[in-house]
Parts: sequence; C-alpha cells; structure tokens
Amino acid sequence: MPQYGLLIDYEFCTGCQSCEVSCKEEHHFPVGKWGIRVLDDGPWQKDDAKDEGSCFNWNKIPVPTDLCDLCADRLAAGREPICMHNCLADVIRFGTIEEMAAELARKPKQVLWAPCE
Amino acid sequence: MEFKNDLGKPWKFQDGDFTVIRSSVWSPPGCHPVGCGIKLYVDKDGRLDHVEGDENDPITHGRLCPRCVALKDYIYNPTRVIYPQKRARDQRGNAEAWERCTWDEALDLIMDNWRRLTDEYGRETLAIFVGTGRDGMLSQDFQLSIFRTPNLAYTQSGYACYQPRMMSSQMVLGALYPELDYAGGLEGGYDDPEYCVPELMILWGKMPLASNPDGFFGHAVIDLMKRGAKLVTIDPRVNWLATRSVIQLRLRNGTDAALAMAMCNIIISEDLYDHEFVEKWTYGFDEFKERVAYMKPEDAARICEIPVEDIYTVARMYAAAHPASIAWGLAFDQNTNGMQAGQCVLAMICMCGNLDVPGGNIVADLSMPEDLTGDAAAGQSAHNTDTRAFITEGWYQMTDEERDRCIGMDKYPLYCNQITGAQADCVLDTLETDEPYPIRMAWIANTNLLAPTNSAEPTRWHAAFQRSIDFAFGTDCFITPTIQAVCDVFLPLSTVAEHDGVNRTHYGAASITTGCGNKAITVGEAKSDLEIYCMLAKRMAEMFPDDPKARFAYEKYPDYHDYLEKNRLEGRHAFNEVRELVKFKRKVYYKKYETGKLRPDGQPGFLTPTGRVELWSSAFANNGMDPLPYYYEPDLSPRIPEKTAEDLELKRNPLVPEELDAQWHERDLPHEEIIEKYPFIMSTGHRRYSSFHSEHRQVAILREIDPNPMIEINPKDAERIGVSDGQWCEISNMFGSAKFKARVMPTVHEGHVEVDHGWWFPEQDGSEPSLFGVWQSNCNDLIPEHHNNALGLGAPYKSACCNVVPLKESYDVDMEAFGERFGKLV
Repeated sequence: MPQYGLLIDYEFCTGCQSCEVSCKEEHHFPVGKWGIRVLDDGPWQKDDAKDEGSCFNWNKIPVPTDLCDLCADRLAAGREPICMHNCLADVIRFGTIEEMAAELARKPKQVLWAPCE
Repeated sequence: MEFKNDLGKPWKFQDGDFTVIRSSVWSPPGCHPVGCGIKLYVDKDGRLDHVEGDENDPITHGRLCPRCVALKDYIYNPTRVIYPQKRARDQRGNAEAWERCTWDEALDLIMDNWRRLTDEYGRETLAIFVGTGRDGMLSQDFQLSIFRTPNLAYTQSGYACYQPRMMSSQMVLGALYPELDYAGGLEGGYDDPEYCVPELMILWGKMPLASNPDGFFGHAVIDLMKRGAKLVTIDPRVNWLATRSVIQLRLRNGTDAALAMAMCNIIISEDLYDHEFVEKWTYGFDEFKERVAYMKPEDAARICEIPVEDIYTVARMYAAAHPASIAWGLAFDQNTNGMQAGQCVLAMICMCGNLDVPGGNIVADLSMPEDLTGDAAAGQSAHNTDTRAFITEGWYQMTDEERDRCIGMDKYPLYCNQITGAQADCVLDTLETDEPYPIRMAWIANTNLLAPTNSAEPTRWHAAFQRSIDFAFGTDCFITPTIQAVCDVFLPLSTVAEHDGVNRTHYGAASITTGCGNKAITVGEAKSDLEIYCMLAKRMAEMFPDDPKARFAYEKYPDYHDYLEKNRLEGRHAFNEVRELVKFKRKVYYKKYETGKLRPDGQPGFLTPTGRVELWSSAFANNGMDPLPYYYEPDLSPRIPEKTAEDLELKRNPLVPEELDAQWHERDLPHEEIIEKYPFIMSTGHRRYSSFHSEHRQVAILREIDPNPMIEINPKDAERIGVSDGQWCEISNMFGSAKFKARVMPTVHEGHVEVDHGWWFPEQDGSEPSLFGVWQSNCNDLIPEHHNNALGLGAPYKSACCNVVPLKESYDVDMEAFGERFGKLV
C-alpha cells in the first residue's frame, strides 16, 4: 500500500520542466531517463466559437515515472522531494495519501500521484 | 508534513560533508538579472556537487529554473574552455589550431596588438562587441575607461531589446521603463500592508515565464494569479498563459500601435479616464485625444485582424479595474513603430490611475550620486542602491571630440549618448566599408552575435569581420561560433559560482533587489569579466605610466571588489558585509511624482521639460519625430496598407540622407510582391526554459528538452504546403534562408510562423565554414539591417515575411550520441 503521494496543481503548472531536470540531477539520470516527466495535454481547441487563448485546452501535467522513489534519500534526511523544492510555479506538494487527499478535495484541477510503496 | 529547511542559515554553512554557499546567481551562464537565490553544495575537494534553490531568497523563495538547476553541467561541461588560448592569425576559423597559453602571454598579445593598431588607426579602431544578460555588460563603463574608445558595439539591429521601451518611457515619463508592481521592493512582499494585488494584469507582447525579462521574476505572474489577479494577453500566438487569460487579443504582428491608439481612443471617448490625474499631471492631452481619435476601433480591428468588440472589451476592462498593470514586452522593441505603441501604453497607464500605485506600474526613481548623503537619502532603506548613474563613467572620461567619433553619432546622436556606444546597424556599415574610418580590432565580450541572437544578417557580419578585423580577442566560457570565426586570443570566463559579484534587477534601472554572488569554487584558470578588466587596466597603466587617463581605471579599481563596492554598491557598502545578506530589497515608494522623488531638484512632477507626463512629447519633437503617436504598416508585411508611411507624412530622420536611406532599403519588395513570394508573417524571439538565447546548447540535460530548432506552423498551412509534424522545412525571403523542424500548432494563426532563435550546434564541426552549424538554422539571416525608426531604434524581428517549403532531409540531433559526448562531465 502506498503511503505517500505527490499532489500537483495543473491549473498553474507552467511546464518549466524544473522538476524533470532537478530529478535528473538528484538521481544522476542520463539522457533518455527520467524520474518525472511533464506531459502536455494540448494545445487543442475546446471551443470553436473563437480562437483566443481561453478557447484552448492546454494542461502541463508532471507525471512521476517508474524510476521515481519519492526522493527516499532526501526524505530520510528530513527534506522534501527535490521536484517540489525547486518547482517554479510552486505547484507540487508531498505528504501522506490521507493529507494529500484532503488537499485534493479543496480545489479542482489537481492530480494526486502515488508512484511507489 | 513538515520538512527541514535552511531558513535563517548564514551565507556559508556546513551540511554534513558539504560546505554550502548561499548566493544570488547572475551570469555566466547568461540570464536576466533576477539574481535567483541558490545554494551551492561544495564537497571536501572543492568541487560543486549539486545545487538547490535557496528558500531564503525574498523573491524566489527557493524556486529555481532548469537552467540553474543544471548549473553543474554547464560548469563541468566537457567542451568548456578553462585556460587561455591563442591561435595564429592565418588559422582563424580552424577549431583545431588553438593552443593553450598563459594569462601573461594572452595579455601581452592583446596589448601589443592594441598598441600596433591604435598607433596606426587611433583608439576608436577598437570596437568592443557586447551582448546581453552577462555580468560584463553591466560594466561597460569600465571597459570604456580602459581602452577609451567610443565604439562599444551592441550589435542587435536597432538595439531592439529593452532600449526602445526605455527610450519611449524617457520621452513621455522622463523615467525608465515602469515595471509591473509585484511587491518586490516591499519587505512583506505580496502580504505587505502597502501592497494591493492587481485586479487585472495585461501581458502585452510579453510572455515572462521562461526568461524573467529584464529582471522581472516571471513566475510572479503565477503568484499573483493565485492571489486573484485576472489576466489579459495581447499576443498573436496563443501561449500557455493565454489559455489562463480571461481574454486574448491575437493581433497581427507589428500592429501594436494601431491597437494601442484605438484603446486610448475608447478610454477617452467613453470618458473612462481619471480627470484629476490628467489635468494635474499630464501635458498635451487635447492634442493626444485628437490624434488617437483618428484611429477608430473598427479601423484598428481591420488592421490588427481581431474582432472589434474584443478591443472595446479589453479597453473597458482595463479602465474599470483598480489597480491594474500592463507588462509590455520585447514586441514593442522588435517593431520600428513600437515606440509609438509604448507612448500609448504609457498614456493608458496614466489615464487610468495606475501610474506608480501599488499593484500598478512602478516609475523608476532617480539614481543620483546626490542620493548617497543628505536629505535625499533620508527615509530611504539602509540598503538602497542603484547603479545607473555610474554606468556612463567611461563614456564621459572621453572628450567631446572623442565621443563624436563614435560610429553612428552623426546620424543617431540620441541613441549613441543614451547607450554610451555605437549604433548597431551603422557598425556593420563601417566594418564593410571602412567609413568613416577602419575598425581593425575587436573584443568579442560576452556576445555570440553570429548565432541568431544579437545581430541581423549575421552572414554579412561574418564577411565584414573577415575583411576588416586584424586582431580580435574573446571572453567567454565556451568557444562559440563567433569566437571561432573571429578571434585570435581566447580568455576563459568564470561562471557565477567561481567569483564574487553584485547583481541588480533591471540591470540597475529601477532595481527592486540587489544580490551578491558568492564565490564557491575555482575551475581551471577561468576569471570573471571584472577580474579581466582589472588585469587589462593594469596593463594599460603600465604601458602609459605618465598618462593619468590611461591610469584612471587601474587606480580606481585595482581589484575587482573595488569595482563591486565603488560602482555596483555605490560606495555605500563593503562587499564583505552585504555578501552575508546575499540579497536585499530596495525600498519602493509610490506616487513619487507627488513627493519630488522623480526630479533632482526635489520638486513634485516628472523629469520632462514640462514637469508632466508628456502625452505630446517634447523630446520626440526635439529629436525630429512626431510628438504624437501614429501607426504605419510594417515594412516587410505581406499585407497591402491603406496608407503608407509616406501618406502619413511621418518625419524621416533628417540626419540620414535620402540616398542612403534608399540604399538601406533597396532590397525591400513592394507589399504586392511580398504577398506573392513570401506570404508568411514570420516572428522570432520567443523564449524556452531550456536556454538563454544561444547559451546552454551544449548542456545535455537541457538540450534533451529542446533538441532541435523548431518552427511552429498552423495545421491548415502545414496541410496546404505538405509539411507534417516533425518534418524539416526551409524558410526564406529576400534576405536569406534557414532550416527548422516543424511543430504543427493550432495556436499559431494561419499565415503566421514562429521561429526559434539562438541556435548553433556544439556537436557539429567547429571549423569554418561550418562554425558549429551556425548557418543551418540562422533565422536572423532573414531579418534585414537598417529597418529602424528615426532614432535608429527598433527592428522587425517579429514582423518579417518568409516562404516555407518542406524538406526531405532530416537534421535531427542524435541525442544518444550527444548525451555520450556532452553529458559526461569533467
């Protein structure tokens, strides 16, 4: 049973990929390997009435990969995961599944990941 | 969950086996000077192990973008050069011909050649080529003091970055660019009782998230959105922020002045403006009103190709919101009509009561040496500093006669005196013709201008360097295509982790913070720009021991910390004291026009001839330009204008002879022919998180994010011309051509393309003629020189034309091989 999760607010994730690079530096992942990836849903037009920004769906969604260990070494030292620490838009939170689920209920456009045991 | 943090830790502390240095990072690698807080973890052997954002930073609070997260990969990159190098003159362009030398030998070569060439041609034969976003560019005064040449050359056509906005602000407000207020100067930040979150923010030709333009922390926009601020985007392309905006105006590239005039027209004709402010603090309102009345919203809608009701909506929305702010960006600079658009934006800010109020646009206050002591300093923050007053020191060391020899001074005196250097486009003329005198020596200082960054028509610059430059030296962290092509001596620069430094947001113009870069490590024999300036100054003093002017720079700044203290810190602070603060805020005041903080005489009002905001600008009038705003069709657009610039009787620059002006434009085509041959509107200059202009191309984990130079094209256009997503294309126009990989995007209008800039390929052959593949995807070869306004400012980087044809070949980088070669740090 997973105990911990990453809660991500994708309303405000800007897709800067600081999490990807931070994770690669922390875990020494080479080119071609990632612990978290920012996936792009969009841009595609959800409203054909006009073509300005609000008519588009474009969500950047950080997804932990199979290599994510939730920064076990950092957690052991009492530090938060590095993706959360450096996140430019400040949209990543870490905690127990229970805590994060309670946070999830407070606001839409969030996603809760439980990548590992 | 609660986590440990380092809040309150000193600038240097121990964490297990690591010594941690807290620092405010700015350059190299280049960036805009936010001075983001960073923690540098150094191991027992003195090597940088890793970095993290510093949670103590009062602006970034521990957040860090991917470029600085990957700092270690830049510092220990296998292609970085960390020892001085020399190369025989006849081997220029040969990547294999560099030989390591000592600093003494390199400096001997530089000074001996300087002596030889200046004896023959005069001191002005040295041109100092500078770029952007690097620490060295903020010390141009020092460079000029050493060599006493007026030819400081920032080579981007029309100085089309920041400077046109600065100039329009000075012409209208008598102050520098007024930034969107994000509480950066208030001790309590967003929660400070003095602050007010804007109801509305307009991002106009500015997408600040990736690049922190001019030192504005881009993600402050996100912070403010989370606190309830609504967003309006004015941009041709739908970017990510536009999808979070309540409304977007997707105007056609280069038509900003028409839109801005129409919005002013609506605000005035519907009586949505602040009568008290207008009556008390503006000049020329009636004339301005009459002028903008001629731009009817319906006409602007047709010109900008947007729905007229949206123009009304945005104008009314901005006028109704209090406070509201407008961040107006690079699109105003990369447009020869952009200063008029800026004049209208400033008018909107003033007319709607948003000037110098919390959550509005903050007027840059004065920075005067007088500020240092006495009454003017009373009530100011203990750490209040500003360097603008000092960056002209080197310029005014020269005599009037010496400055008059600056390239472009005859045609664009305001430009040259403002930037204390040569007019960009005119420098190319001189390199090509030796008129009015030869430039035979070059210092390539922190610029990679042959890569599509800091020049128009780089192919011409390359040929001009080859014909004219007898000796050149370069200062940088890597051998760039420009250094490879031009230089005989290479001096290795240290990165921000390897030297002490002081940075200021907005390059010292209206700074909200001052940050200290704290040295953490040493790599090879690399030295900072300022250390190198000190060494050159010493050589100059030794060469002319009896000449006080030659000794000036060395005597004033024997050590680079002297420069940091005397100049960057204005003599107010000892570096060793403020380094412990790492970063400190500069107190921001509101409504300074009421309190005399905008004028050296301490009187209320603005620093303009009338003491008011000049909607009818005396400064424009005094410099041969129309004092009121106007719109004309971009020179290179594939549209047939209803009125040409000539019809509008726009004043040409009387200092440029007609035949010369005609010669500068002889390759232009009439709009009808452009429609036929080059029907796409081409825009460049948008930013990506993975690079700063031409920097970071060799950092594998960043290159992996954006491996190839891209062109964004609308799906209908892609289908029509037979381009599929991921296919390579060639773009071309009457000035040049370049290749890009297509990304089919519905967010780009039909008939428009967005093209990446700053590309070169460290993985390709470094020698001539390849120069790291710098000609392959060089979008600036499609941008012509000398398409500037009458002040020599602005250039059409965002409103050129091109044709697009699909290619069969692929030029994709092999990322696996790239990772093998560039990802293994040394």
